[in-house]
Amino acid sequence: MYKIIAKKELAPKIKLFEVYAPEIAEKAKPGQFVILIVGEKGERIPLNIAGYDQKKGTITLVFDEVGKTTKQLGLFKERECIGNITGPLGNPSEIKKFGKVLCVAGGVMIAPMLLQVQALRDAGNVVTTVIGARIRDLLFFEEEMKALSNKLYVATDDGSKGYKGLGFLKEIIGKEKFDRCIAMGPVIMMKNVSEVTKPFGIATVVTLMPIMVDGMGMCGVCRVTVGGKMKFACVDGPEFDGHSVDFDELIKRQMLFLPEERLSSLLWERLGGCSCGGK
Amino acid sequence: MAESKPKPKVQKEVVPMPKQKPEVRRRNFNEVALGYAEEQAIAEANRCLQCPKPQCVQGCPVEIDIAVFIRLIREGKFDEAVKKIKEKNSLPAICGRVCPQEEQCQKLCVLGKVGDPVSIGRLERFVADWERERSIAIPEKALSTGKKVAIIGAGPAGLTAAADLAKLGHEVVIFEALHLPGGVLVYGIPEFRLPKSIVQAEVDYIKKFGVKLRPGYLVGRIYTIPELLKKEGFGAVFVGTGAGLPQFMSVPGENLGGIYSANEFLIRVNLMKAYAFPEYDTPIRIGRHVVVIGGGNVAMDSARSALRLGAEEVCIVYRRSREELPARKEEIENAEEEGIVCKFLAAPVRFVGDEKGWVRQMECICMELGAPDESGRRRPVPVKGSEFVMDVDTVIVAIGRTPNPIIQRTTEGLEVTRWGTIVTDENGRTSLEGVYAGGDIVTGEATVISAMGAGKKAARAIHEYLMKKQ
Repeated sequence: MYKIIAKKELAPKIKLFEVYAPEIAEKAKPGQFVILIVGEKGERIPLNIAGYDQKKGTITLVFDEVGKTTKQLGLFKERECIGNITGPLGNPSEIKKFGKVLCVAGGVMIAPMLLQVQALRDAGNVVTTVIGARIRDLLFFEEEMKALSNKLYVATDDGSKGYKGLGFLKEIIGKEKFDRCIAMGPVIMMKNVSEVTKPFGIATVVTLMPIMVDGMGMCGVCRVTVGGKMKFACVDGPEFDGHSVDFDELIKRQMLFLPEERLSSLLWERLGGCSCGGK
Repeated sequence: MAESKPKPKVQKEVVPMPKQKPEVRRRNFNEVALGYAEEQAIAEANRCLQCPKPQCVQGCPVEIDIAVFIRLIREGKFDEAVKKIKEKNSLPAICGRVCPQEEQCQKLCVLGKVGDPVSIGRLERFVADWERERSIAIPEKALSTGKKVAIIGAGPAGLTAAADLAKLGHEVVIFEALHLPGGVLVYGIPEFRLPKSIVQAEVDYIKKFGVKLRPGYLVGRIYTIPELLKKEGFGAVFVGTGAGLPQFMSVPGENLGGIYSANEFLIRVNLMKAYAFPEYDTPIRIGRHVVVIGGGNVAMDSARSALRLGAEEVCIVYRRSREELPARKEEIENAEEEGIVCKFLAAPVRFVGDEKGWVRQMECICMELGAPDESGRRRPVPVKGSEFVMDVDTVIVAIGRTPNPIIQRTTEGLEVTRWGTIVTDENGRTSLEGVYAGGDIVTGEATVISAMGAGKKAARAIHEYLMKKQ
């Protein structure tokens, strides 16, 4: 059982947990993820590791309450325990001195990006960070990002804060010469960022989190096409070359179980929504 | 003992085991075979000739004293019979159900030459169930040796090695990557062939030896094998990580919705209990026309599960002919009785989807059998211009798996083959001192019992190694 040491609300429906998991904390590296199960009848969902503290023996997880499992998770209180957390999974990010790095993060993925930015800075890079969300209220970690990055841009889909959309990326890429781009966020955002960086020849790394079940190389549901070849995001990734990923296929595959996910969530809410995980 | 009476006539026919009727069982997940009642078990045991030199034992990968346990059943000493089996096999309720006995012990049964061989598997199952329904005896254990062994993977190989090592007095910890123990017994083999409560009971039995279980622990990503040996104080490690990544066919359209690997399909249904969605959170979607590609036991399990999930028709497409089907005969019969259709000598060449990205059609090509390949089976060769189209909405790809690479990638100096399996000697020794391996990770995909046999051999070798090492 994995005890929640601290819980915070970062934005409406976006929550942060610090969970006691000393073995995972000891080995976790930026870019990796865990598979979490709420309780006995729960599904296995992947969550990116957004931080770790070896001294305290904790890892940080940030999630958006979008489906039944994450909504259930949101009801967990401090000192309560999560059924199972397996990790760290996936290959760690390549972190070294690249030079000038552009980091673009959207939505809940701003959280694991903080870990990337920190690691990239520690490795001696100059980091320009862009954080984005649908609306201003959903932005978080702005101060933390500002403190860590050499430069910070903020964008929202509706323009309620900072730039409206990511159209401005082209301008800043045109002005500054970046050696590398890291994009983490919704698939459509990573696709757009990869399209923008491609003509400039900037190596672009995207983090793919397709549907997963076991998350350790058994089921193959997380298969993605990269450079015309089939890859498993869980053991071959989760990071891939953004210029080679078939994003359109990935978008379709992410929606495979949308009707079931909606049904599950709706039913749970109608039945009064508890966090027990079917015990 | 001298026989004074004239010998009773040999009963050539096996005592049939009650089964759920095909028209009923095809829509439920309850166990198909119902097991012998006491009288039936005794009647079947009475067929055994009690050969002075029993051949059957030669065919048992875990060396069960078969003739003796059958004699004990005959005498009504069921508790002693199960004890006899458990001297060699800690998982009898599982083996009695899923071992291919017709290829092993029963193949060598002398009675088989004149009629049906003794149904050793059904008898093993009977006594194991008999004991479980009462109370399972607490096993005897040797004095502690003070040595620690790490077992990686709680599947058939790992569980067997763990039980044998614990009985010998070693401290055993099993690291299991999934959240439940059992490996293929829980994620792969369906409920209707092996109820999960039975797996749980056998795992509980192994825990009674003092074996510790660490679920959700992925060795290689948390501690690596060298760290387990050097930092965590384990004297030896056994790797039983099983078959891993699913294989696909590399044909266009394979990533369309509705196309599952058999692993994904079975993990959703068995491990995650998707058949009980939405009570359980993991969904599965089954269409009306389901096609399973492949001809092994995994293909049969997938096809029969799909039927139980409500498919209107299920068709198995296999590129060779009926004679080459690798699945157990019993499973093929069960599948056909339930109404599953087999289409032989055909293979998919592409899948066509709708605008939402779901599979709608499968284009196949007919095959004919050519010269034998390296496996000794005749190689299927495509027949030019024989393409045909099937309407499908669910496809399950059951054409095999390749070894999971995590242990190999994170263990320096571990010798692996070019297929990614771990190289060992006949006792499971790998290229690294103190590291042993067995089961599918060594042989590639095989059976539960051969994995158990490998676990047993490795346990013996590990014990010798640990007792020599001071």
